[in-house]
Parts: sequence; C-alpha cells; structure tokens
Amino acid sequence: MRPFLYERATSECAAVQLAASGAPAQFLAGGTTLIDLMKLDVLRPARLIDINGLAAGAAGLIEEREGALRLGALVDMAQAAEHPVVRRKFPVLADALRQAASQQVRNMASLGGNLLQRTRCPYYRDRSWPACNRRKPGSGCGALHGQNRGHAVLGVSDACIATYPGDLAVALVALDAVLEIIGADGARTMGAAELHRLPADTPHVETNLAPGQLIAAIRVPAGPWTRRSLYLKVRDRESYQFALASAAVALDLSDGMVRHARVGLGGVATIPWRATAAEDQLVGRRLDGELARATAEAAFAAARPARHNAFKLGLGKRTLERALLQAAQMEL
Amino acid sequence: MGEMMSKVKVSTTINGDPVEYLCDAEETLLDVLRDHLGLTGAKEGCGTGDCGACSVVVDGRVVCSCLVLGAEAEGRKVTTVEGLATGDRLHPLQQKFLEFAALQCGVCTPGFLVAAKALLDRNPDPTETEIRFGLAGNLCRCTGYDKIVRAVQAAAAEMRKG
Ligand SMILES: Cc1cc2nc3c(=O)[nH]c(=O)nc-3n(C[C@H](O)[C@H](O)[C@H](O)COP(=O)(O)OP(=O)(O)OC[C@H]3O[C@@H](n4cnc5c(N)ncnc54)[C@H](O)[C@@H]3O)c2cc1C
Ligand code: SF4
Ligand code: FES
Ligand code: FES
Repeated sequence: MRPFLYERATSECAAVQLAASGAPAQFLAGGTTLIDLMKLDVLRPARLIDINGLAAGAAGLIEEREGALRLGALVDMAQAAEHPVVRRKFPVLADALRQAASQQVRNMASLGGNLLQRTRCPYYRDRSWPACNRRKPGSGCGALHGQNRGHAVLGVSDACIATYPGDLAVALVALDAVLEIIGADGARTMGAAELHRLPADTPHVETNLAPGQLIAAIRVPAGPWTRRSLYLKVRDRESYQFALASAAVALDLSDGMVRHARVGLGGVATIPWRATAAEDQLVGRRLDGELARATAEAAFAAARPARHNAFKLGLGKRTLERALLQAAQMEL
Repeated sequence: MGEMMSKVKVSTTINGDPVEYLCDAEETLLDVLRDHLGLTGAKEGCGTGDCGACSVVVDGRVVCSCLVLGAEAEGRKVTTVEGLATGDRLHPLQQKFLEFAALQCGVCTPGFLVAAKALLDRNPDPTETEIRFGLAGNLCRCTGYDKIVRAVQAAAAEMRKG
C-alpha cells in the first residue's frame, strides 16, 4: 500500500469537516473494499478518515421510527442481517445481507460502505491491464472485447459494462430507500436509486455523492409489500460468492391479485437495478406462472449482452420468475 | 514518502495482554501481528478478504486481519490463534483438529481455529449446515473440508460437556 495519512473522527460533524479540508480523503469503515483496492493500487487516497468511532452513536443503531426502518451507516452487515425487526418486517434486506460475502466480511463491512463497494470487474481490479475507463478515463474497456462472463447486460454503455456487485443496494432501490447525507454544508437526503450513476461515457464518476459527503443512515419506508419480500441470489457456488443474477421482490397481494409490486435486479446490471417495467406488468393482475414469465421477459427487454454473458438473460429471467412465485407463496 | 508520515501509536489488548506499538498507517493488523509482535499464527493467503487464513477475533467477532489497519486496533481486544491454548493445554478445537487429521499443509488451520472458536462462542451446538455456512469464509485447498467439519462438531460436543 502507498503511504497515507490516518485520522480518526468521532462524530459525523468532525468527519465531514476533516474531509472538507486538506488533501483528498476517503472515509474508512470496514475497509473490505477500500483497503482491498488500496492494496491493489487501484484507489490511492492521500488521507483516510476512520469513521468506525461513529458506531458508538446513532450511526451504529438500527431503529424503527414512524413505521420506517432507520439503519445507521456504521451498522455492520452481520448485525443488520440478524436483527429481529429487519428479519421479520423487511425480510428482503436480511436475505440480501445473509447471502452476501463471508462471516468475516459481514462482521467487518458497514452498510454505508456496502452501498459504495466497487465493481469486481477483473480489468478494473488489476492495474496491469492498460484499458479500463472506470479506473483510467479514456483508456478503453478491457472487458468489452475481453472476458465478460460476469459483466452486465442492463444499463451498459460502450464505455463500460461492469456489473454493480452488491446485494443490499438492489433490495434498497426496490423498497424506495432514502439516504441521509451529511456534507460540510449541511444535511440532505437522496433516494437510494439516485446514488449510483449509469456508466454512460463517464464510468469513472460512479455515484452522485460529492467528495467528502458522508452517508449517515439509510431509511427504508415500510409498506404493505415489505413483509412479503425476499431476495433470491444465483451464483457459481452456494455461498460466499457474488451474484450472477439476483432478484429483490416485494409484493402486496390481495386474493392472488397484485396491488403493489417492487422489483430490483442484481448481478446483471451496471447499477442496482429497479425493474419498473416488471412492476408495471404485475400491478392489477393475478400472479401465476404465466404472469411471472411475462414479467421476467419485460424486465430484460432492453438487455444488451456481450460475448460471454448472454446466459444472464435466461438466468436472470428464471431468477426473477422464481422469486416472484416464491414471494407469492410466502406465509405471512 | 513513508518518512514524511508519522507513525501511529496504538494501545490495544492482544490475547489478554495490554500491548502498545507504533506502526505505519499503511500496515495492516496482519502485518503488525506477524512482523512487529512475532505472532505468526495468522497467515496471509490472499490479502484480499477471500481466504480467511488471516482470521483473528476483534471484540468478539472474527475478521480478516489483512483488511484491518494496525491503527484500527486502538482500544480493541484482539485474540489470535496463539491465545486459544491455556498454557500447555490445547483448546478442544486444536485437540480435535489433531485427532481428526483436519489439516494437511496447515496454512488455513489457524484461521479455521479462530473462526470456529468465534462460531462456537455464539452457537455452542451448530448444525452441520451452520458450521459450513459459518466457516464459508475460510478456504482450504487440501482437506476437502469434511474432516474440518467433523473436528468442529466433536469439539463442540466436548465443550458442551464443559
Ligand atoms: C471476499 C469478499 C466477498 C464479498 N462478497 C460480497 C457479496 O456476496 N455481496 C455483497 O453485496 N458484497 C460482497 N462483498 C463486498 C462487501 O460487502 C463490501 O466490501 C463492504 O460491504 C464494504 O463496506 P466497508 O464498510 O468495508 O467499506 P469500506 O471499504 O470501508 O469503504 C468502501 C467505500 O465507501 C466509502 N464509505 C464507507 N462508509 C461511508 C459512509 N458512511 N459515507 C460515505 N462514504 C463511505 C469509503 O470511503 C470507500 O470509498 C464482498 C467483499 C469481499 C472482500
Ligand atoms: S467493464 Fe468497466 S470496469 Fe471493466 S474494464 Fe470495462 S471500463 Fe473497466
Ligand atoms: S489473507 Fe486475509 S482473507 Fe486471505
Ligand atoms: S490444510 Fe492446506 S489449505 Fe487447508
């Protein structure tokens, strides 16, 4: 790792103030993305501001407020996955977290850092590949005509086809979660769906978070669909692997008819993907095998596969289909 | 550039003993344990959080020390594989790993022992599925895992007897 300056912040205010002055800084939470990518020399911050001390305050708490769930950004993945309210009332979140990474990583990794994890594209992670627009703007894309089995089919551009690898964010965009953001100029909120940017022709600008802005918490509104929700993840092996395809589904059913539907897709898109086309298919109809199939078709209608990842169309559709039918069967 | 950055002073507890050290900001906890403190039980397999050979327990929870900075140990309680035995008496997990031949080259073993101890501290009577899920973050290229799972089950049974 390259040398950097290490500082600790014990409050949100102190953290954003430290970040606003001095050399370019990154916040350090669990370090499972940041330290990893610094070791690989992909990220080179001059300063790290350790925000783990914030876990002693509200950023370390899981609370229910006016029916909504508030997850502090420094809550770790294991804590949230095991929390009784999360498991009972927002099962899609607990599912997404439990199926992610390993016990070690879930113990270390924070929810805020989880949203901001970087792609696992091998060309991005390995500096010895000269072409990667995301790592080095204008250098080209190694994956586009290289190995792209793990890459995205939705939201891709000619500049980048890297998959957003996280699980939690897929469930959060489906549930209309809101992020509490703090900057040196004050606090604001941002929809979870606005956090990540499509790669378009600037894949190196990954999020709409300005430098130095801190995610303080994630708010997830409860709805009549949040209890009937699940996350289905398909991967190369049964545990401890990123998704090849995943679906976050939340349904409000009445006598088998869909009143509300929320659908997110993971492993197949460049950002946590909200499948509104699928939701439109579902609402007002009876959820049976045929509707599930039609919904999955609609969800992938705009997909653009590359050379090695066309299988993700079929896999992604079947994953969504199964997730919908499983959610419909859930005993509440 | 390393000379320009000042060292970080850390006060921590390792295997029950208070420890103070100075480290560079960019040194990981694994570097500090192995290179400064002579605790070479934790191994570096991958350095990227994938293999679990570097597992240590921090404040009761198993983590990958290859992705934790040495500076982050400030004020924490760290347990490494060296802290498992009591004097000359091996921990039941260590004993059962020997009895069941749950290791070959041994590079993964300290990580498995530490992760298994953290697992049993939280769940004294895990099912085989829970053991396999709980230890999924520890990779072994030699044993095929089965003997490891049996050893953990046997150790759990012995520890429940007290
Ligand atoms: C072996 C392995 C397997 C994995 N498998 C999965 C998986 O299956 N599914 C999955 O979803 N993920 C998986 N991950 C990714 C892992 O979940 C993320 O690395 C982790 O959640 C990141 O959180 P962190 O606290 O460690 O973030 P850090 O590494 O500390 O930070 C990541 C980024 O977020 C920034 N940041 C952190 N917190 C904040 C904040 N509050 N406000 C603003 N910026 C912030 C940092 O500056 C940095 O840029 C895996 C990781 C590893 C190493
Ligand atoms: S897909 Fe994106 S991250 Fe991967 S090489 Fe191309 S530009 Fe880089
Ligand atoms: S060396 Fe830390 S996980 Fe492999
Ligand atoms: S015994 Fe060799 S890696 Fe496990």
